[in-house]
Amino acid sequence: MPAEGVCRLLFLDRYSPLPPHLLPANTLPMITLHPLRWGKQYESLEFNDVVHFDTGAPIARVGTVGGGIVTRDLQKAHLAREALLKVPTDELIAMGKKAAELFEHGTLSVGDSQQSVDDFVHQQSASTGLPEHMCRSNMAKNSFVLSRMDEILQCLTRGLDLSILSKGYGDEGRGVTVSYQAQTPILGAILPNNSPGVHTLWLPAVALQIGLALKPGSQEPWTPYRMVSAFMEAGVPAAAFGLYPGGHDAGGAIMTKAPRSMIFGSAQTVAQHSGNPRVQAHGPGFSKILLGDDIVDDWEMYLDVMVESVLSNSGRSCINCSGIWASRHTREIAAAIAEKIGPVNVLPPADPNAQLAAFTVPAMATGTWSMVEQDLAENGVTDMTAEYGEKLIERDHCAYLRPMVVHADSPDRAVTAKEYMFPFVSVVECPQDQMLRRIGPTLVGTVITADEPFITGASRSVDIDRLNIGPLPTNRLNWLQPHEGNIIDFLFRNRAYQIAPMPTAASTV
Amino acid sequence: MSVVGEVSEAEIQAAATAARDRLNEHTLKTVHWHFSDETGCPFWLEKKSELNFDPLKDVKSFDDLKKFPHFEDEWLRGGPIRRWVPKGHAGKPVYVFETGGTTGIPKSRMVIEDHWKDYELFSDTLPDKYFPRGANWLMLGPSGPRRLRLAVEHLAQHRDGICFCIDLDPRWVVKLIKKGWMEHLEEYKKHCIDQAVTILTAGHDVKCMFATPKLLESLSEALEEKGTSLAEVGITGIFSGGTEFTSQWTRFCVEEMLGGLPEESGIYMTPTYGNTLMGLACSKPITSTDGYKIAYYAPQPRAVTEVVTFDDYDQVVGYGETGRVKLYTLTDEFFVPGFMERDEGERERPFQTYPWDGVSGVRPFHELASATTVGVY
Repeated sequence: MPAEGVCRLLFLDRYSPLPPHLLPANTLPMITLHPLRWGKQYESLEFNDVVHFDTGAPIARVGTVGGGIVTRDLQKAHLAREALLKVPTDELIAMGKKAAELFEHGTLSVGDSQQSVDDFVHQQSASTGLPEHMCRSNMAKNSFVLSRMDEILQCLTRGLDLSILSKGYGDEGRGVTVSYQAQTPILGAILPNNSPGVHTLWLPAVALQIGLALKPGSQEPWTPYRMVSAFMEAGVPAAAFGLYPGGHDAGGAIMTKAPRSMIFGSAQTVAQHSGNPRVQAHGPGFSKILLGDDIVDDWEMYLDVMVESVLSNSGRSCINCSGIWASRHTREIAAAIAEKIGPVNVLPPADPNAQLAAFTVPAMATGTWSMVEQDLAENGVTDMTAEYGEKLIERDHCAYLRPMVVHADSPDRAVTAKEYMFPFVSVVECPQDQMLRRIGPTLVGTVITADEPFITGASRSVDIDRLNIGPLPTNRLNWLQPHEGNIIDFLFRNRAYQIAPMPTAASTV
Repeated sequence: MSVVGEVSEAEIQAAATAARDRLNEHTLKTVHWHFSDETGCPFWLEKKSELNFDPLKDVKSFDDLKKFPHFEDEWLRGGPIRRWVPKGHAGKPVYVFETGGTTGIPKSRMVIEDHWKDYELFSDTLPDKYFPRGANWLMLGPSGPRRLRLAVEHLAQHRDGICFCIDLDPRWVVKLIKKGWMEHLEEYKKHCIDQAVTILTAGHDVKCMFATPKLLESLSEALEEKGTSLAEVGITGIFSGGTEFTSQWTRFCVEEMLGGLPEESGIYMTPTYGNTLMGLACSKPITSTDGYKIAYYAPQPRAVTEVVTFDDYDQVVGYGETGRVKLYTLTDEFFVPGFMERDEGERERPFQTYPWDGVSGVRPFHELASATTVGVY
């Protein structure tokens, strides 16, 4: 079989004297990743290949498990928490800092290989189609969050003594008993294929002495595997970690059996889990920038903020800006952004100037392009990047979509509620007094204004999750703030806990 | 000369040649039955006029079946069902079994006694130690117009037992999946498993069962949640089937769910592969030393499986090579001269028990996999 032949050749290439970054894209070292069952490697009889996005050549074999194994392991999930509870939280935080260092700079045992930072970056870029400098940037982001976990938890818990989370109750210092009861021994997570930056969301679990049952994305197993390896190398008990690569069956078992889990997916995925207290669903962000009437005449001052918000991380994140709303100058604003991002073209992933990630499933790009064409067909919608050439670039094994800026003359246009997996933004003409009523769900809302009533309105809007007041790019998150809900509230429940001293028994007097 | 166990390759080759001779003879007999005006069914007698050869004269061996166009299962959609009943069986009671049927008209196959015969042959492969004669059975699989449900009941009766069944509508399960009603799906699964647990804990002396892999998993979990197990409720023999039946699942089932191989756990589990068209293919005994490899062997000469190349469905692949599974059904009730199954796998060598080709690693055919909903119950 040809595929097997390629695998064997690649396996031999592991011993090539050339460093990985000098190897041609189709000869990356082959790596085998095994499921991890509460710290114990499990050698599955079934494997999925992870392939290079541009050549289709396999770069990793990932052993998979079915739902039965996940279900069986989750019956013992309490052991993961018990293992973590044996390590004080301050020690776990210190281990996390060490893990952050190892993750970002070390060579780690990952699967059957020793993985350097460069190996990781090449592998992640090769399977996700993300430019290498973006892989490094996401790596730094994950490491940064982990290294600041003490500050993050202090903020998320509002200064709670973390031993109260371990013990379940304690005295906060006001003479009142407070109790935070863990709602789950482990956090399950169905991780995405193409967004290496989102892993920051499950990282706090370890310091909170909550184990992890992770289903790595089929094209991006790299971050969870490397991160778990770093945690274990730093001394965190291996029994706290489960890595369950597999199909829907494995993911379904995590979702069904873990009392708390997070999932990353589409708007449909989010809707499916809406209202389920056991599931935190992360999907499209529909993040936006709103320009107040008081500053919109000076919009050029905020052009860089807008461009960064749209273009960073190849527009793949839920925190990328998909809508810029203003009451006037919208055509000029759209044209100026188009002038900046319209010429951006496909570059090799190792090129430090590469701005675009590939769609590793070409049909996703062609499908997206069809939807964009529908959007453009509506009256009142103008493609402001039309003059910058073809948008859909199709290759043998992948495809790209080049950046687009569209102008919508009214919030009534369907495109104003769209978000796509490439740099795509609609600049929407809308009176300020209608904006907050019309924007719809907005994960990150950057409101650039000094108009106090507008700020008050934005502060009160329940459509906006993360609110930035002032010229803050939507992609720049302050990790000391909660993201799509506070993970402490998700994993713990604040409840009453009363203690009365026991009377002394008469017989002991 | 190398020796496989106590049987030499030459002996296996001789047995394979003899089996091939029997298959050729059986093919000739079956084709004559189905294409003779006195015994054939209206469908094939009508089809005969469309063929550019005379089946009665030009089919002299199994290989000659390749002269027929591939069997199209779409022919089975809609009626009249009587067009499939051979005149030679006129007057006998007829069953109809359906496949699929979530939307539109389901495919249907008429059966008289084939399902009994297939399962009686299968019965001969079951070890009495783990499938004791006289023990009662649980059928933990689809109910309704399904061949499997009546076949398993017959198997139980053939082995002097009584079969307990549950209500399970796989068409509703497929609808739940398509609608994305996963909570309902979970509840429906619980509803099915509750029925099984009730039967197994009601003192009915059930020792043997059929279950699909997913339902077996769920049953085992439900019993464990009640503080008991398959072994504790008395199960000693399980036969199971489904496309999701992989080596990895078998390993999990044997090592973790059942608690070891039969000598250790006291439970024998055998995989099977089948469908309404062909019947039931048995598995070569599974062993941990063989990596829990599952190799299926059709009940030749009543049915035959081939593994054929993806670009030429008349060309068999080499041993160990991958191809699409092609089925033939050659009974006096039903004639299928080559049906392209929706599965692929690797061609396996004959061995002592089944001296003809088998197929291993069965999985959904890669070109159709994304459109196929597997393992729905």
